[in-house]
Amino acid sequence: MSALVFTALYLVGDPVSMLASPEATDAERELIRQSLGLDLPLWRQYLIFLNKALVHLDFGNSFLTGEPAMRLILDRMPATLELATAAMALAVLIGVPLGIYAGLKPESLGARSVMTSSVLGFSLPNFWVGLMLIMVFAVFLHWLPAGGRGPVETFGPIQLSIFSWEGWRSLILPVTTIATAKCALIIRVTRAATRECLPLDYIKFARARGLSEARVLGVHLLKNILIPIVTIAGLEYGQVFAFAVVTESVFSWPGIGKLLIDSIITLDRPVVVAYLMLTVVFLSLLNLVVDIIYTILDPRVQAKAGA
Amino acid sequence: MKSIRKAILLPALIVGALSAAGLAQARDLTIALATEPSSMDPQFHSLTPNIQMSETIFDPLVRTDANAKPVPCLAESWTVNGNVWLFKLRPNVKFSDGSPFTADDVVFTYARVPKVPNSPSSFTLYLKSIDKVEAIDPLTLKITTKGPSPVLLANLSIVPIMSKKAASGPAPEGKTTVELNRGDGLIGTGPYKFVSWRRGAEIVLERNPNYWGEKPAWDKITYRPITNPAARVAALLAGGVDMIENPPTDDLARLEKDTKLHVQKTPSVRVIYVALNQSKEVPPGMSGTDGKNPLTDKRVREALSLAIDRGAIVSRIMDGVAQPAANLLPYPAFGASKKFSTAAAADVAKAKELLAAAGYPKGFTLSLGAPAGRYINDQRIAQTVAAMWASIGVKTDVETMAPPVFFKKRDSYSFSTYLAGWAAATGEMANPLTALVVSHDPTLGMGTTNWSHYSNPELDRLVMEASKTQDDAKRSDMLQRAANMAMEDYAILPLQFELSVWAMKQDVRYAGRSDQYTLAQDITLAK
Repeated sequence: MSALVFTALYLVGDPVSMLASPEATDAERELIRQSLGLDLPLWRQYLIFLNKALVHLDFGNSFLTGEPAMRLILDRMPATLELATAAMALAVLIGVPLGIYAGLKPESLGARSVMTSSVLGFSLPNFWVGLMLIMVFAVFLHWLPAGGRGPVETFGPIQLSIFSWEGWRSLILPVTTIATAKCALIIRVTRAATRECLPLDYIKFARARGLSEARVLGVHLLKNILIPIVTIAGLEYGQVFAFAVVTESVFSWPGIGKLLIDSIITLDRPVVVAYLMLTVVFLSLLNLVVDIIYTILDPRVQAKAGA
Repeated sequence: MKSIRKAILLPALIVGALSAAGLAQARDLTIALATEPSSMDPQFHSLTPNIQMSETIFDPLVRTDANAKPVPCLAESWTVNGNVWLFKLRPNVKFSDGSPFTADDVVFTYARVPKVPNSPSSFTLYLKSIDKVEAIDPLTLKITTKGPSPVLLANLSIVPIMSKKAASGPAPEGKTTVELNRGDGLIGTGPYKFVSWRRGAEIVLERNPNYWGEKPAWDKITYRPITNPAARVAALLAGGVDMIENPPTDDLARLEKDTKLHVQKTPSVRVIYVALNQSKEVPPGMSGTDGKNPLTDKRVREALSLAIDRGAIVSRIMDGVAQPAANLLPYPAFGASKKFSTAAAADVAKAKELLAAAGYPKGFTLSLGAPAGRYINDQRIAQTVAAMWASIGVKTDVETMAPPVFFKKRDSYSFSTYLAGWAAATGEMANPLTALVVSHDPTLGMGTTNWSHYSNPELDRLVMEASKTQDDAKRSDMLQRAANMAMEDYAILPLQFELSVWAMKQDVRYAGRSDQYTLAQDITLAK
């Protein structure tokens, strides 16, 4: 993985030609190349990187800023985590009830309109939704800021903006943008799962026992449809976290997606490599968490794995 | 460390709250930057976003005014005698931490430049003509240059003076770049002082109470990096920011109509040009020429220039945000002659005649390389030029690509012709001539961006002589002649000068600068 990124960025172009002043002489360029270690053959650059990364967990300094690449990313990660978490939470909170409703009464007018708008939800391009929200709520109505992150509170190394009204106000538009698409997906998954489970015996049995509708749906049904929902939500959460690039740049949200794009443009290899390594680790952890949730939701998962 | 961080963040919280609410107080200013500085260290990276920030926090010995002319700043006056420059420094100047400014600070600053490690684009570039820097007394500075150095003042204006007391440290360079990025040692004499920087989110400055000059208009300045142009416009329209850099040309008409906004267009020193590969062999992308390179024929180069309707590109592609170019710098910049002050009109008939006379009545095929997204509307300009060339029978394959890929290919002569831009940092003709037209000789630092194989010994000699001439009138004359020579030779085809554009709220005014810097201290409240 890291070798792939390394080679790809090497083939794209020469970072020095992006960084150096156009007036610099070749000797000065050579000096920059040496100081950044770019004069060595690619395989040696890679071995040096591996050695540092594996032994000292040091991913090198950003070419552009001279700061440790990992720290640049970790500084910005809370902003993206905040955005991704809020967006997925909103998508699940709205998507699951709507999905169950659409699954319960598939023929009703309400269910049909939910399903139709969900098609819109995931077919509209993300950046367009974002720009439209900005036009309406920031430019015309002046209700919400057009972008940026609100004031932050610092907790050790982590800065969060969810503790102030201003912070929430800046979150609303980007969160809605991401949640629109994700919500649509969750509605569809929930609806399908609901329709699958409804005719099953245990639901009929629960109803026959005279349980209230709320209990039937909220406990017996929900517990059984949660597995596909958790799967999708987990995957999508990872997606949003790693690739919120578009939304982040439309809303100038200071997260890691924007950092990635900027770093790719300037061929800032240490940052790009460190970013992808971090994403791989994060996505693996996320899948682990999803698997653990499975076993909590459905003890049979564990039994099967053992069999 | 944490407590310091918290302390400098607190004011940032307040400013952030105000600006985000769109309630920007009468005396606070929020600016949306197109590109975030890569560092706060004024000696780390010679890049416009970095320089404009350090020119607000720090002062150089001399500044250049909006038209690139040197004016006194920390140096009140200077005399030059051969290679020896004597600077009288401004008395009673204090740094923002209250300590006095002396000649020792200048010596420290210039000595630090070459010691900054991993600088992606070092400021040594601006000091390379300097042999020795000495403090004669606290207010007298002596600089000895290696030879006559007519552009010394322009170069010094880009190297702002740091505080020896604040920026000294255990590392060879004193305070390191990482420390300065946190604000540690970031002490200058400039109109504003550093408060905080949240990377990707905002940079906050506040008025320097010890500033020696006229009190600037704003209590606090917040810079927000908004790289997406549409998002910048939205932020301005929504009222979250007071001023934005580089609004997209497509939105300009609308912004200008808005009575709540003011749009400032200022000519810049950035020229957009087409370079022609004049090697003896047939360059890549060219065919139908019987193994010859027609671009070595002056008549063909003239025909290609005449085919381009510069006025049409400016009005239709650029929406007026450029002016047609006939030279590498707009007249009356230093070294730009009156002779090449207005671009010739397109003349397709004459261009066809010239082609036929050169032996290519049916034209030929060539390639035109261009970066996608480096300059304003670069791709569309390249496509338009290609269409115009096609109209005289020169079939043009446009090859646009991401900037890093483009520059890599350009630097290996992979196009028959290419479109690129050049910003003359010093604002005078020696700069673009040395970079773009003088024979390519990287060891001497000459023709570093001349990827066209064009070589004219007489022109080289004139430029070289000018670089050793202290007398401004003589130097201007030499540079004019050299530039005229290049233009008469159609060595390179200038297309247009970009205009720098700023859009702001109606109660804010900025006159703009030809070097495209956004200097917060020059932004005023409209009366």
